[in-house]
Amino acid sequence: MHAPKRVVIRNHTSEANLFARRAFITLLGVIFILLILFNNIYELEISSYEKYQTRSNSNRIKLLPVAPNRGLIYDRNGVLLAENKPIYSLEVIPEQVDDLEKTVKEVSQLLEISDEKQAKLFKSLRSKRRFKPLELISRLSDQQVALFSVNQHKYPGVFIDARLKRYYPFADLTTHSLGYVARINRRDAIKLEEQGKEENYAATRNIGKLGLEKFYQDILHGTIGNQEVEINNQGRIIRTLNFTPPVPGKDLTLTLDIELQMIAKRALSGKRGAIVAIDPRDGGVLAMYSNPSFDGNLFVHGISSKNYKKLLSSYDRPLVNRTVQGYPPASTIKPLLALTGLEEELITPEEEMYDPGFYQLPGIETKRRDWKKWGHGRVNLSKSLEQSCNVYYYRLSYKLGITRIARMMEKFGFGEYTGLDIYEENRAIMPSIEWKQARYNQPWYGGETLSVGIGQSYWTVTPVQLAQAMSILVNQGQIKVPHLLKATTETSLTSTEGEEPKRVVTSLEMPIDEKPPIQLKNNKNWEIVLDGMHNTVQKEGATGYNAFKGSKYDAAGKTGSAQTANIAQDEKYDAETTQENQRDNAMFVAFAPYENPEIVVAVAIENVAKGGGATNAAPVARQIMDQYFGNRVIVSKNKHPHHKEIYGEQYLDDNKDKKSGNN
Amino acid sequence: MRSTGYDQQKQRSIWYRLNIDVPLLIGILCLLTLGLCVVYSAGGQSSEMAIRHAKRIGIALVVMFLVAQIPPLIYRKWAVPAFIVGILLLIAVLLFGHVGKGAQRWIDLGFTMFQPSEIMKLIVPIMIAWYVSQFNLPTKIVHILAAFILVLIPTLLIARQPDLGTSLLIASSGIFVIFLAGASWKLIGTCGVLGSAFAPILWLFLMKDYQKQRVLTFLNPEQDPLGSGYHIIQSKIAIGSGGLQGKGWLQGTQSQLEFLPERHTDFIFAVFSEEFGLIGVTLLLLVYLFIVMRGLWIAISAEHAFTKLLAGSLTLTFFVYVFVNIGMVSGLLPVVGVPLPLVSYGGTSMVTLMAGFGILMAISTHRRFIA
Repeated sequence: MHAPKRVVIRNHTSEANLFARRAFITLLGVIFILLILFNNIYELEISSYEKYQTRSNSNRIKLLPVAPNRGLIYDRNGVLLAENKPIYSLEVIPEQVDDLEKTVKEVSQLLEISDEKQAKLFKSLRSKRRFKPLELISRLSDQQVALFSVNQHKYPGVFIDARLKRYYPFADLTTHSLGYVARINRRDAIKLEEQGKEENYAATRNIGKLGLEKFYQDILHGTIGNQEVEINNQGRIIRTLNFTPPVPGKDLTLTLDIELQMIAKRALSGKRGAIVAIDPRDGGVLAMYSNPSFDGNLFVHGISSKNYKKLLSSYDRPLVNRTVQGYPPASTIKPLLALTGLEEELITPEEEMYDPGFYQLPGIETKRRDWKKWGHGRVNLSKSLEQSCNVYYYRLSYKLGITRIARMMEKFGFGEYTGLDIYEENRAIMPSIEWKQARYNQPWYGGETLSVGIGQSYWTVTPVQLAQAMSILVNQGQIKVPHLLKATTETSLTSTEGEEPKRVVTSLEMPIDEKPPIQLKNNKNWEIVLDGMHNTVQKEGATGYNAFKGSKYDAAGKTGSAQTANIAQDEKYDAETTQENQRDNAMFVAFAPYENPEIVVAVAIENVAKGGGATNAAPVARQIMDQYFGNRVIVSKNKHPHHKEIYGEQYLDDNKDKKSGNN
Repeated sequence: MRSTGYDQQKQRSIWYRLNIDVPLLIGILCLLTLGLCVVYSAGGQSSEMAIRHAKRIGIALVVMFLVAQIPPLIYRKWAVPAFIVGILLLIAVLLFGHVGKGAQRWIDLGFTMFQPSEIMKLIVPIMIAWYVSQFNLPTKIVHILAAFILVLIPTLLIARQPDLGTSLLIASSGIFVIFLAGASWKLIGTCGVLGSAFAPILWLFLMKDYQKQRVLTFLNPEQDPLGSGYHIIQSKIAIGSGGLQGKGWLQGTQSQLEFLPERHTDFIFAVFSEEFGLIGVTLLLLVYLFIVMRGLWIAISAEHAFTKLLAGSLTLTFFVYVFVNIGMVSGLLPVVGVPLPLVSYGGTSMVTLMAGFGILMAISTHRRFIA
C-alpha cells in the first residue's frame, strides 16, 4: 500500500547491460536455430536431392501405355484374312460441355441413342473425373458417324473416337483355322502375369482365343509403346513429354488358299464334315474347312449370350472344328495296311485270295460281311484297294495282329498330334493292346483287330491326320509337319544417324519342319501301294473312278465309308430307313498329280444319306482339286495302263514339262 | 568527416521524422516483394490472387507507418485496459464466436470478421513488458510467477479455440519478455524440467485428437502417405527436389501441378525452396537473420526497460514464426498453423506483424523523446 517510491533506486546501466547480455544470448540462439533449419534444408535439397527428385518426378510423370497394332493375316496369295478395322465410339468430356444434360439429349435424339445408354453415361459421371472422356455409345454405324460429323460443331466436348478392332472379312470361312481374338479375361490376365507379359499387354484389349490367333499370339501382338506425360494431382494430362511408338505385330502369310476354302465350303454346304488339303512337298495346309462353321467376328465384339447359346445348342455343332476331330477312318487307311502287310512280307502284290462275301475267324461262327454281299471273287492287292475289299483286309489284319498294325500306324502319325500350328488339334485314337488296357483296363480281343483292319472299332483319325498320313505315303516316308504359317512379315522403322527413318519390310519364310522319315525294308512297297491308289481312281469300275472321270490331272485316292451304328450281322443297312445321326460317314483321301504330287486331300462327311465315300466324299475332293489345278496343264510321263482319258498334253518332250506346277 | 557525419545525420533525420527505421524497412520490403512473387507462382500464376496480396501488403505498410507514429510510452499507459479488454474478447470468442475450419476464432462484427487472438499477439508482450518493467531487473521470482500467470491466461484461452499456433506465439512473446528481463538460469532450468513433466498432461488432457494426430504424423509421415502424412511428404518432396539452384520461378512441378497442398499459405516455403533451391533458402534465412539482428539492436538501443523488453519480444516472436513455419514445412516440427511471416498469403497475420514492426520503428525513432 505504501511502497510506490521504490522505483527510484533503479540502476539503469546494469539493467541495460543485463538486457544486452540476454539479447546477445538470444541472438546466438537465433543463429543456432537458423543453422539447424539450414542444415535440415541442406539435408533435403542436397543430400537427399536425388531421392526427392525421383519422387517429384514419379508424382508428375506417368507412362501411358500405347497398344501396338496387331499383325495382319494374309492367305498364300496375299488376300487379307484378318484386318484391323477402325470402329467408332462417341465420347463426351463433361468438363467441356456447358449443359451436359441438354447436349446428351440432343445428340441422342440425333443419333437415336437409347435412354439406357444415356442413363449409363450419367451414372458413370459420378465416379469419373470431369476431364476424362465418357463413352456415350460404342460402335457407331457409318451412318451415325456421318450424321454426327456434320453436326459436330454444335456440340463442343462431344467427339468421335476411333479404335482398331479385329475383323475377319471372310467370317465363317476362316474361323476354324484363324480362330479369333476376344477381350482379355481374368484367366488370360493371370496367365499373362505368370508368363511375365503383363507389362507388354498393358494397353491391349484383345487376345487370340482360338486357332492361329491364339497360336501366334506373341508374334501378332508386337511390343507396347509409351507416351510419357506430365499430370497434375488430379491426374489431368498437362503435356506430353516423350513418345515411344509401339512396334506393331508381325503380319502372317498363310499357306491357306482362300479360294480353295470357298470351294470347300460350297462342296460341304448342307453337310457336316471337314476338308483338309495339304501340299505334300512342304506340309503347307492349302485348305482346312469344317462345316458348318461360325463367324469369329461375333466373338471379337463379345458375343451375346443368346447367340452363344444358339451356337452351343445347334444340332450341327458349328463350334466343333471337324478338321481336327476324330472320325473312324474306314477304308481310307487300307493302303497303309496293305503297305504294312507288304513290309511284314505277309502278302505280295501278286498273291490272290478268294472273297466269298464274308470272313470268319478260324473256329468262330460269326461272319464278317463284306460291303458287297456276294463278294469280290478273286482279289489281289490292287483290286483290294480298287474295290475296297473288306475280306482281304480282315484276313490281312488277322495275320498282322493289332500290335504290328498299331506300331506302323503310329509311324504315320495316328494317335498323335501332327504338329499343326493350332492348339485345337485332337490326338484321336490309334487303338492297341496297351491303349485298351490303359483306357478300359480290358484285354484286346482278336475280333477287334478285324474291325481295325477296315478302319473301324476304336480307331479314329482326324482329317488333318489322314491328310498328313497320305502325304507321308506319297512322299514315300518323308515326314513334313503340316503347318498353316508360310511366312512372317515385319515392318520396322530403322533410323540411322542423321537420316530420315526408313520403313523396312523383312519377310521371313518358315522353314519346312521335318521329322525322321519312315524307313521300309523294301522301297518298292511304296510304289505298289501308290499304284493301287492310282488304279482306284483311274480304273473303270473302281470305287474312285466315277468321281474323277474327266479330270485334267492324274489323281489317285481311296474311298471309305464308316458305320456309325452297330448293325447286326445279317441285318441290311439301308440309309434311308436309318436315323440321320446313325447313317454312315463318307471318307475320301486323294492326291494329285500321281507323279510329283502337289496336293493331298482328305474329306470326311458325317451321316450321308446314300452311298459312301465314293459318291459323297470323292466328288468333294474332286471339286477341291479342280479348283487347285484350274486350267493348268499337268503332264504325266507315263500313261496309266488302263486309262482312257488324256491328261493335258500327254506327249510333250521332257524339257517342256517344267512349265507345269508353281514350284 | 564532420560534414559527412552531419549530412548523414541530416539524411537520416528525414526518415526519423517519418518514424521509419530504414534497415528494418529494407528487410521487410525484401520479404514482401519475395512473398508477392512466390504467391503469384503458388497461386497457379493467378494475377487475381497476386493483386489481392499486393493490396494487403499496401494496407499492412500503411498500418505499420501509422503505428510507427505512436510514441511507445503510450502503450505503457494503455497496457492494462487493453489486456483486460483482450481477455474479455477471447472469452467472448469462446462463448459466441464464429466457427470456421473446425476452430472458434472469430467474432462477427457485422461488417467484418475479427480475430481477437491476433490483437493479443501485440497486447500480451506490451502487458508483460509493462508489468516487468515496473520492477528492478533482474525480476524477482514473485513477479516472474505473476507474469507467467498473465501469459498463461490468454494462452490457454486461445488454445481452447483451438488455435495451437497462435497460443504458442503468444506464450513465447510473454516468455521472451521474462527471459530478456533476466530471469535466473536456475529458474529457466527448473521451468524446463517442469515443462517436460507437463508434456504428458498436455497430451492427455489438453490436446485435441486432430492435434495429437499431427504430432503422430510428424513422427512418422510415411505411415499414412495419402492421408494425414500427405502434406508433409509432398512438402518435403517439393523442398528436396529443388536442389541447389531450384527449378526456377514458376517452374516448380510440385506446386504448379498442385501436388503441394496449402501452397500459397502455410506451405509457401516449400514452393519457394522448390523454385529457388538452397541458394534462395540461404538468402531468405539471411534476410530473416538481418531483421532479427536489427530488431535486437533497436531493443538494445532503446532507452527504457519497457521499450527494450517490448522490442526484444516482438523481434523474437517474429523469429518464432520463421522457426515454427520452416521447421514444420521441412518436417522438423509437427504441423502447426503458422504462416511464413511477411511471405505467406493471408491478411490478418501480416497486418499484425507489420503493426509489430510499426511499434519497433516507433521505439527506434522515438528514443530522444523518452528520458
